[in-house]
Amino acid sequence: MSTGSRSVGSFDWALILIYLALISIGWLSIYSASYNPEIENFFSLENLHFKQLIWIGLGFIIITFILFLDSKFFERFSSLIYVVAILSLLLLFPLGKNINGATSWFAFGSFTLQPSEFAKVATALALAKYLSDIQTNIKTLRDQLRAFLIIAIPALVIIPQPDPGSALVYAAFFFPLYREGIAAVYLILGASVVTLFVLTLLFGPLYIALGVVGIAILFFLKNRKRRPSKMLYLGIILSCTLFSFSVNYIFENVFQQRHRDRFNIVLGKEVDTQSIGYNTRQSEIAIGNGGWTGQGFLQGTQTTGKFVPEQDTDYIFSAVGEEWGFMGSGLVVVLFVLLILRIIQLSEKQKNEFSRIYGYSVAGILFIHFAVNVGMVTGLLPTIGIPLPFFSYGGSGFWGFTILLFIFIKLDGNRVNEW
Amino acid sequence: MRKLLLLSIVLSTGLLFMGRLFYLQIYDTSAVIKSENNAIKVVYDYPQRGHIYDRNNQLLVSNQPSYDLMAIPQDIKPFDTLGLCKLLGIEKEKLLKELNRARRRASWLPAVIVPTMSTEDYAYLGEQMHKYEGFYIQKRSLRDYQIDFGANFLGYIQEVNQSMIKKDPYYKSGDLIGRQGVEQQYEKVLRGVKGVKRYQKDRFNRVIAPYKEGKLDTLPVAGRNIQLTIDAELQKYGEELMVNKRGGIVALEPATGEILALVAAPNYDPALLVGRERSKNYTQLDADSIAKPLFDRVLQGEYPPGSPFKALTSLIALQEGVVSTENKVYCNGGYRYGGKKPLGCHHHKSPVQLIDGIAYSCNSYFASVYRSTIDKYNTPQEGIESWRKHLASFGLGNFMGYDLPTGRKGLIPNAKMYNRSYNYPTYRWGTTATISNAIGQGEVLMTPMQMVNFTAAIANRGWFYKPHIIKNISGVDTIPSKYKEKQVTTIEPKHFEPVIEGLNNVYNYSGGTANFLKVPGIEICGKTGTAENSIRIDGKRVDLTDHSVFIAFAPKDNPKIAIAVFVENGYWGARFGGRIASVMIEKYLKGEVTRKDLENWVLTHSLEEEYQKPLLGKPFPINDGKRISAKFLAEENQEL
Ligand SMILES: [Zn+2]
Repeated sequence: MSTGSRSVGSFDWALILIYLALISIGWLSIYSASYNPEIENFFSLENLHFKQLIWIGLGFIIITFILFLDSKFFERFSSLIYVVAILSLLLLFPLGKNINGATSWFAFGSFTLQPSEFAKVATALALAKYLSDIQTNIKTLRDQLRAFLIIAIPALVIIPQPDPGSALVYAAFFFPLYREGIAAVYLILGASVVTLFVLTLLFGPLYIALGVVGIAILFFLKNRKRRPSKMLYLGIILSCTLFSFSVNYIFENVFQQRHRDRFNIVLGKEVDTQSIGYNTRQSEIAIGNGGWTGQGFLQGTQTTGKFVPEQDTDYIFSAVGEEWGFMGSGLVVVLFVLLILRIIQLSEKQKNEFSRIYGYSVAGILFIHFAVNVGMVTGLLPTIGIPLPFFSYGGSGFWGFTILLFIFIKLDGNRVNEW
Repeated sequence: MRKLLLLSIVLSTGLLFMGRLFYLQIYDTSAVIKSENNAIKVVYDYPQRGHIYDRNNQLLVSNQPSYDLMAIPQDIKPFDTLGLCKLLGIEKEKLLKELNRARRRASWLPAVIVPTMSTEDYAYLGEQMHKYEGFYIQKRSLRDYQIDFGANFLGYIQEVNQSMIKKDPYYKSGDLIGRQGVEQQYEKVLRGVKGVKRYQKDRFNRVIAPYKEGKLDTLPVAGRNIQLTIDAELQKYGEELMVNKRGGIVALEPATGEILALVAAPNYDPALLVGRERSKNYTQLDADSIAKPLFDRVLQGEYPPGSPFKALTSLIALQEGVVSTENKVYCNGGYRYGGKKPLGCHHHKSPVQLIDGIAYSCNSYFASVYRSTIDKYNTPQEGIESWRKHLASFGLGNFMGYDLPTGRKGLIPNAKMYNRSYNYPTYRWGTTATISNAIGQGEVLMTPMQMVNFTAAIANRGWFYKPHIIKNISGVDTIPSKYKEKQVTTIEPKHFEPVIEGLNNVYNYSGGTANFLKVPGIEICGKTGTAENSIRIDGKRVDLTDHSVFIAFAPKDNPKIAIAVFVENGYWGARFGGRIASVMIEKYLKGEVTRKDLENWVLTHSLEEEYQKPLLGKPFPINDGKRISAKFLAEENQEL
């Protein structure tokens, strides 16, 4: 098969269908969540659902554009795209518009653009490009550091906007790294960091330090005959203790009270009051009100009454839960799982390393968004404001995820041609 | 292996979320309730409560509008506190206290700040209300009493409390419910069914649309008017007669069992339990532990019936065939048995037969026939059981099934009771141990309502309808079927004639106990009763002046009214009870009273002094000075 004879049939229709299903349910949910019977004109720009329809329409143009680009375009220009993305993030500091306390937007009149939604795509491309380079050996410390830098730079630029939620998404790149052979010790390290973090918040650094010392001594005595390195043990104890104390310091001094409250609620440390945890509680009530089959479209009392704050953006899943019930919200969970699994499956099939690494990045990013968002809306995770892909209202987010996914569909469509 | 990490994490996350959704949506049902509290505003449309009429269609109870000043604390904007207080005529501290209380409870819920304002207050306030944001006036419907009597059978309405809401979820906080009397008994008929409208609210508690397009809304069902069997004129007259006395009068129409009058004294003006002063007045009435105005002596008081019971003793003896009207009994001032203290009797001609026995109320005669009745059987146990069954057929010793919510069973002793009290079979007991039953003393207890019922059964010569107060329910045009079922006693009709003859002679004999109570043109049959009674003061029994008891019906043939009168510490049967019965009967049958002498005597005689005696803390005479009670101080060592 030659490049010229490629037909639309070579794109993965399963992915496209799941995508279409998700944006349809997503749009209906935005319609419900933003429904205002007083605005009779459907085509009013006051209607968020109408605006979202415009974003979706424009999204289709972007999709067409991506699918007709040369498949080598992304690999070739990935570095440039990455640099442009970082620059646009940096430009936010002098030029960005502050919305809800975060300077994450460029404003063009009433139209706003959130560059962090596109930076994910750029980072995924750049990482794929770097890792697929023949000269890169991920087993070497030097290349590992470089890969980490590619991921860390956008994340570090996003954190102080402040938008810790979007920065958290960059943890997703751990998945392609691991897939490409980075040592498992990083996995253990990552898990340990998270565990220590949570334990520190729960019990305070002093107990953690004592605990670490205690466990270290036990291990040391047990392995005495093998003459363990005292320096290694001391190093572990010191770094754990230091980490624990610094987490505590950051938590108490760098975090704002609202962030602390969010963690404390999920950790069960503070009793809910009317204001803190209000969003999550309202969201749980709305979802719970759905029952098996839901209240029906535009019939959810919590959704119609706008009881769940930010329901058209971060809390959109609660509208699905209330109006379509366990059947509807369960279907959405299944669709997301199928989407991500299909991407992983297709990635594994890629002969081109760039496509495989990019695919894993896409799967990882979608997974982190899905897991953190649904986890938050169902009250399993603290309130971390990141959108649900294809659902949450917003042009930048919708376009970002669409571009992310369709570049992969395009790369995958090309797989056949490279035989 | 590296290929499986993300894959397995995605799968397990999916499963975890499905589980979480299942928990939130299916397993934990609390969210549905929380969501309703959040989002649905329920507005009730209360139908007007049914009116109450008397048997002659006189309006007794209707409704009046009442206005509550309400507030939704979170909507209140800074306002001219002093100005509002002046408008309402209340003190600033009180207003602020009420507002604080409402705010603490739930600042988004409406709360009553000033209840039941008058129509004038409302008219005045209405124009000013726009100045006070967050306040509004809610109209409610309260009872409007056209009469100042009858509180004991009318009952009242009050706001439901938590336990009522728990018992019947129809009621919501703030709803009104009937308590006591016909208001309670016919609550569902009178109240109708409130309409429900549901509105979708948003999170600012604003109504945005009807909930589910109003599909679940219901229209109110109007309350029905009811007509009572009470004759308001007779009731009013009875209450006037009972001023300064304690006790009760109950009158029935024998042919139907309809309650014509139900007087409990002391009574109170039903309007006391309406409006702003309701709970203060109620507390006051409830706290009166001496006069007990809330205690319905007609339905709840259990007393020894005394001599009227002799009519029943005769009927049972006749039915059992142990006497005929010819049998003679000699009376030498009392009935002697087993060498014990005799059952005393007063002076009258001797010997007596049945009719004279009743007319002269001879204790010896009834002791004798009672003994024959019980001794007809092999054992006193069997005899008592047979006797008890006859009495039960008159509705005695059990609830009567009338349509008022309070009552007592009274007491007719059975064999088991005597066995227990005499420790049978270790010790035996004989008929003579129960001999006081013959004359309505001893263990027998009845409510005045039970007394009038057996009187009606005698008037009817052997049957009765269960007493009831409902005459008609508008729109349904019927009454509960149990009040249309004839209750037949175990006594054959023929045995009633001699007894009725005796009861008639009570009035007709010059030596009859009620001769002076005759009413011209009306053949009355009646029986006096005098019931000994006592209370305990500091743990010692102290005799009080006897109760005055009287039963009667009239006319003798085709009776139209049966009546029982009970006056606490009224000396003897004819003195208060007999007089009251005569004028009540005349009032009902003729519409006016010609025996003004009897009427004036009753109206001008008070028993308040009698009721004060035990409260004064010193010895006092009882029964018109005939017996001086020295017991109060003298009988320190005698425990009775
Ligand atoms: Zn005698």
